[in-house]
Amino acid sequence: MTRRTAHALGDRALPRWTHPVAWWVWALGLATAASRTTSPLVLALVIAVAGWVVSRRKPDAPWSRSYAVFLRLGVVVIAIRVGFTVVLGTGVGEHVLVTLPEVPLPDWMAGVSLGGPVTAEEVLLAAYQGLVLATMLACIGAANSLASPARLLASVPAALYEVGVAVVVAMTFAPQLVGDVDRVRTARRLRGRPDRGARAFLGSVMPVLEGALERAVDLAAAMDSRGYGRTGPVSRGVRRAGSGLLLLGVVGVCLGVYALLDGGTPGAVGLPLLALGAVAGVAGLRLAGRRAVRTRYRPDPWALPEWLVALSGVVPAVTLVVVSVLDPASLVGATAPLAWPGLPVVPAAAVAVAALAGVVAPRPPGITVVRAADPHPASRPEPQEVAA
Amino acid sequence: MIRFEDVSVTYDGATSPVLAHVDLHVPEGELVLVVGRTGTGKSTLLRCVNGLVPHFTGGTLSGRVLVAGRDTRLHPPRELADVVGVVPQDPLSGFVTDMVEDELAYGMESIGLAPDVMRRRVEETLDLLGLADLRHRPLLSLSGGQRQRVAIGAVLTTHPQVLVLDEPTSALDPGAAEEVLAALQRLVHDLGVTVLLAEHRLERVVQYADRVVVVPGDGEPLVVGSPADVMVSAPVAPPVVELGRLAGWSPLPLTVRDARRAAGPLRERLAPLADEAARRTRSTLHVVAGEPALALGDVVVRHGPVVALRGVTLAADRGEIVAVMGRNGAGKSTLLNTLVGLHTPQSGSVAVVGAAPAGLRGRDLVRRVGLVPQEPTDLLVADRVGEECASSDRDCGAAAGTTRAVLDRLAPGIQDATHPRDLSEGQRLALALSVVLAAEPPVLLLDEPTRGLDYAAKQRLVATLRELSAAGHCVLLATHDVELAAEVATRVVVLADGEVVADGPATDVVVGSPMFAPQVSKVLSPQPWLTVSEVAAALVAAS
Repeated sequence: MTRRTAHALGDRALPRWTHPVAWWVWALGLATAASRTTSPLVLALVIAVAGWVVSRRKPDAPWSRSYAVFLRLGVVVIAIRVGFTVVLGTGVGEHVLVTLPEVPLPDWMAGVSLGGPVTAEEVLLAAYQGLVLATMLACIGAANSLASPARLLASVPAALYEVGVAVVVAMTFAPQLVGDVDRVRTARRLRGRPDRGARAFLGSVMPVLEGALERAVDLAAAMDSRGYGRTGPVSRGVRRAGSGLLLLGVVGVCLGVYALLDGGTPGAVGLPLLALGAVAGVAGLRLAGRRAVRTRYRPDPWALPEWLVALSGVVPAVTLVVVSVLDPASLVGATAPLAWPGLPVVPAAAVAVAALAGVVAPRPPGITVVRAADPHPASRPEPQEVAA
Repeated sequence: MIRFEDVSVTYDGATSPVLAHVDLHVPEGELVLVVGRTGTGKSTLLRCVNGLVPHFTGGTLSGRVLVAGRDTRLHPPRELADVVGVVPQDPLSGFVTDMVEDELAYGMESIGLAPDVMRRRVEETLDLLGLADLRHRPLLSLSGGQRQRVAIGAVLTTHPQVLVLDEPTSALDPGAAEEVLAALQRLVHDLGVTVLLAEHRLERVVQYADRVVVVPGDGEPLVVGSPADVMVSAPVAPPVVELGRLAGWSPLPLTVRDARRAAGPLRERLAPLADEAARRTRSTLHVVAGEPALALGDVVVRHGPVVALRGVTLAADRGEIVAVMGRNGAGKSTLLNTLVGLHTPQSGSVAVVGAAPAGLRGRDLVRRVGLVPQEPTDLLVADRVGEECASSDRDCGAAAGTTRAVLDRLAPGIQDATHPRDLSEGQRLALALSVVLAAEPPVLLLDEPTRGLDYAAKQRLVATLRELSAAGHCVLLATHDVELAAEVATRVVVLADGEVVADGPATDVVVGSPMFAPQVSKVLSPQPWLTVSEVAAALVAAS
């Protein structure tokens, strides 16, 4: 693909994968925005925007169904949050919805009350707080649907490549493990042993693990034969400096992100930490990457659509962070006194910008998903002729 | 290209070497076939070529192995990845990525080729192996033959000078095996790749080989020679070669085509005997009249959206040996699994000795029907043969020693203390078979029983199956092995796409079928001969 065609936008572009990192930046931007507000209308808008983009740009692949899964997870989170409030709530507020029978608790649990009056204010507050989490989950789900996990791992820097491979291998092992469990259960049935229940489960653990281990050894041999782990000549000092910087970077980024999302810490602490961590991390990756001789096959280009997708996620994040500092009241979903939630104009407009991703990103290529016709494929790992 | 100089390999903890004083030179561009019984060190020999032995497996290697001038003692496998491509026995176990195109690129990424080179080579390899339509497919959705070709393509993209394959066609149906061998043939002819290939199914590959290396095992020296020379005296030989030996043809034909050209006089001699032989074959059936041992009526089985069996009707009596054939994914395994109640049919009726197997559990099931799965070890649970036999007796409620007695009959001389993994493929199959037979089920099912068996083990299996049939068992075997079906089956059922497309006596179904005809039948058609032993018996009777 030439640079020019890579820059084409939206439906005018040839179908291709959008860089997975762009989708993750976009989704994390939206999640950051969501973390800064309890305004239900803004949060609903975030979910709606994410869902719209997913519906327009999700590829037809097994992993692209995770948006719905994460939405359901979000509903569960809200239900749990509200449930806890109903049972353990303190009954603050004027509008009592229902009064539950109160359970007397021992003295050492002072401050906790089980049952009692349930007010509309606290239920609403709990629902809003649950909605924040649900919205962030929806954003993660959107990123999972839009960007193939394998392609994301393929774009990790060379220094982290080994870790990436481990994750990919683990992902391909999971379905095979399920196949193994099936096989062992079948064998138990054929031997006339119980194939259901706890005893059957315990009896099948060992053979399944044995099979997995055998496959792991086979795979390691195959990877070794295919050049996995070839390294270039690099001095020990460079290698150590690389690892050190990398570690520093990871710690910095983690603390920075936490400080930003937490909201309680002023932005003046979070941003510099994040920036510092990022710089150290990039330098570390560069140094450590010198050791690897690997190249990338058909890397996803980072062109205009990627810039716009990432940017359309960063805009709501930055806007909401700024608004939360300048005018925090506008972002709070009103619970006391009870009132219809308003729609703050600037944050809503910023969130709407994220919908741009659904327009500018190229369509994903059609990939063929064919279910294996034979659930018990003919080829199975065979024990080696000579036990090593 | 490959040079073994006085190579001996001893694994840790072993008392005797697997390979002793091996000297072997494989020049550039040759296709060398490595044959030998199970456990003689074929795999070890192959794994020496790219240094997996001893770098990966451990053990001691003396002497040296040179590949394209590189000494494997100094270069670990990853440093040889650009010279030697190794295709493992089970392609799925060697796949690192999840899509075809990425898998082809993986090796090149590891050795750090430039992106434009990688792009070009992936396209070339897709064309070379006929994989272009599969490029965006997930690896798990491929058929066996496609997987094998992807595995070959994946090592080919680094442009290795040597290709090493361990039993590339043993798990494939005849059609898929042809695909793979045709691809290999093209590599040897067009690219001059040196190929080292181990295979039990000689009838499939021997005609492609430039030279044959026999690994006799027990530290005996290798026998190296041209295929025709080696085949004259080899203990293992495909049927076409045995027919040639019987008829005294010289030079010994290795392909059906050569044999057919030499077979004119033999056909004339056999022509008057053909009808007689066919009649005799049919009269050897031990069919017991009465209630059928197994019966399927219009059975439909689905796996999600895939229809595995669409309206299969089939019945078999005690004493019959029915071979179920068809390409991979045609529904053979599903048919067998349905008969032991692993799949519940969506519609239709299944009866095994008068009961629906899906509702049966435990002893009720194993006393009616036994299945030996594709991988016999799946059935084994214990660490020692002795414990295995004892637990089998308990499982099926048989008297102590029953399983052991069956095993001694099928494969005498196996020690109680041996680990099932240390048995040869044939012994392992015998052990699994004994476990199943201890419950004395009237119906016996076998899924691909000859996979990985050498010719000797196969002969023993044939004898066992004939005995079981004579004793009144109904045997149903799913197999790709046309030679086995020709040898033992009284009836052949061909499945395609979940439907029965042919059902009849072996002679009627396989003679004239290009895919399922055994070699002898191809040589002597249109006369209905299936096996060398039939021909031999007829000739003896006539003289």
